[in-house]
Amino acid sequence: MKIGIYPGCSLEGSARDYNQSVFELAKAFDIEPVQIPDWNCCGATAAHNLNKELSLALPARILALAEKHGLDEILVPCAACYSRLMVTQHELQKHPELKNRICEVLEMDYKGNSKIINVIEWIDKYIIPKLEEKVKKPFNYKVANYYGCLLVRPNKVLNYDRVEDPQTMDIVMNKIGATSIDFAYKTECCGAGLSISRTDIVSKLSGKIIEDAEHRGADAIIVACPMCHSNLDMRRADINKYWDKDFKIPVIFVTQAIGLAIGLTPEQVGFNRHFVDVKIS
Amino acid sequence: MSHSDHHIERNSLAAKVEKEVEVKAQKCYQCGKCSAGCPVAEDMDFPPSMVLRMLQTELPANDEKILKSHSIWLCVTCEMCLSRCPMEIDIPSMMDFLRQKSRSEGKENPKAKNIIAFHKSFLKSIKNTGRLYELGLILDYKRQSLNMTQDMALGPKMLSRGKLHIFPEKIKDRAHIAKIFKKTSK
Repeated sequence: MKIGIYPGCSLEGSARDYNQSVFELAKAFDIEPVQIPDWNCCGATAAHNLNKELSLALPARILALAEKHGLDEILVPCAACYSRLMVTQHELQKHPELKNRICEVLEMDYKGNSKIINVIEWIDKYIIPKLEEKVKKPFNYKVANYYGCLLVRPNKVLNYDRVEDPQTMDIVMNKIGATSIDFAYKTECCGAGLSISRTDIVSKLSGKIIEDAEHRGADAIIVACPMCHSNLDMRRADINKYWDKDFKIPVIFVTQAIGLAIGLTPEQVGFNRHFVDVKIS
Repeated sequence: MSHSDHHIERNSLAAKVEKEVEVKAQKCYQCGKCSAGCPVAEDMDFPPSMVLRMLQTELPANDEKILKSHSIWLCVTCEMCLSRCPMEIDIPSMMDFLRQKSRSEGKENPKAKNIIAFHKSFLKSIKNTGRLYELGLILDYKRQSLNMTQDMALGPKMLSRGKLHIFPEKIKDRAHIAKIFKKTSK
């Protein structure tokens, strides 16, 4: 089957491991992700910080293109992009005059009917039903499932389960044989887009998340957002320096863990691209 | 008080926030949950509940302090404050508005220089290529922030792991993106 996909910029760059594992997983389950033709950046934090109209027009172009090409269900693996697309769809639906203005900016039709799904919803809908028969190597580890901010908030728009203690990723991980541990930082922020401009703040916030996961005996932190991954994995040297610690816990995308469980190799899911060594295979 | 007091056009920042983003600062009863849950509150000059309190006073001096604050730029829009607010005050949308207002009035806090430079470099990258060109973003940001040595070790490591493109990936209809930027620029 075919499904629309909006990878977003980081999956083409710094989160190539995530991209790789999403596509490998799709292949293993006979799903063909079709990229929205000529997609652009969603504008991320920068656009909504500096220019409201632009922050709506950029995601609206993506959604309008999806509509134009008949892609009515779109998988958005990046939690940050997912949030921008969902918030835009919500805002334009709520404010018809704003929608008209954005259509005028785009010079395109925009209905706003696309179904935007995040990676956990995608797994739940298309992977879980066939998962049991495919699991070859149960993922026999203790995991701290880190949801972060943008996958779950704003909850009124995203309708995620249990705002402060979400369960969906825990349930998915348990299905492949993992033990999801209780973890206090499930939805705390990693410092998000301040990674380059205020590395000190990201080191402080990400360090707290990592410390709690290690302290509770997790073998890995599981994520579903390229920004969380880059802050917790690529920024590890800064974090260790800031806290004067030697945190070693690996950070794994949920799709990588499922990939391993169904028999993909560590290279196939992109572990070789991580900064923090992953001794899980 | 005259009977016409109810119809006086308020000119405060709180009134503008209410008009532009439909956020009523007056609804806040200072429970402090937003500040308690805010991951960056301790680095701020005024935590979110304090920003709301200052807005409530509708005093020009306080409005000025807010627009010149470091707080509005440190907000990471993680949305924790909104999800915990018993009055459902949309603080993240309010922060977006305050940042834009601060910029349009040229009141950006000097301590937020690098944060703003990063956002600007980010948008410049999208404007040019339609997508984020990570290497270009880092180089442009370094040029603006004059922070040339930061993250020197990160680039080569990212390259060796195939996580950084040397050249930008350009979308086909860049003219469309340029038009969107032009039409939405104030």
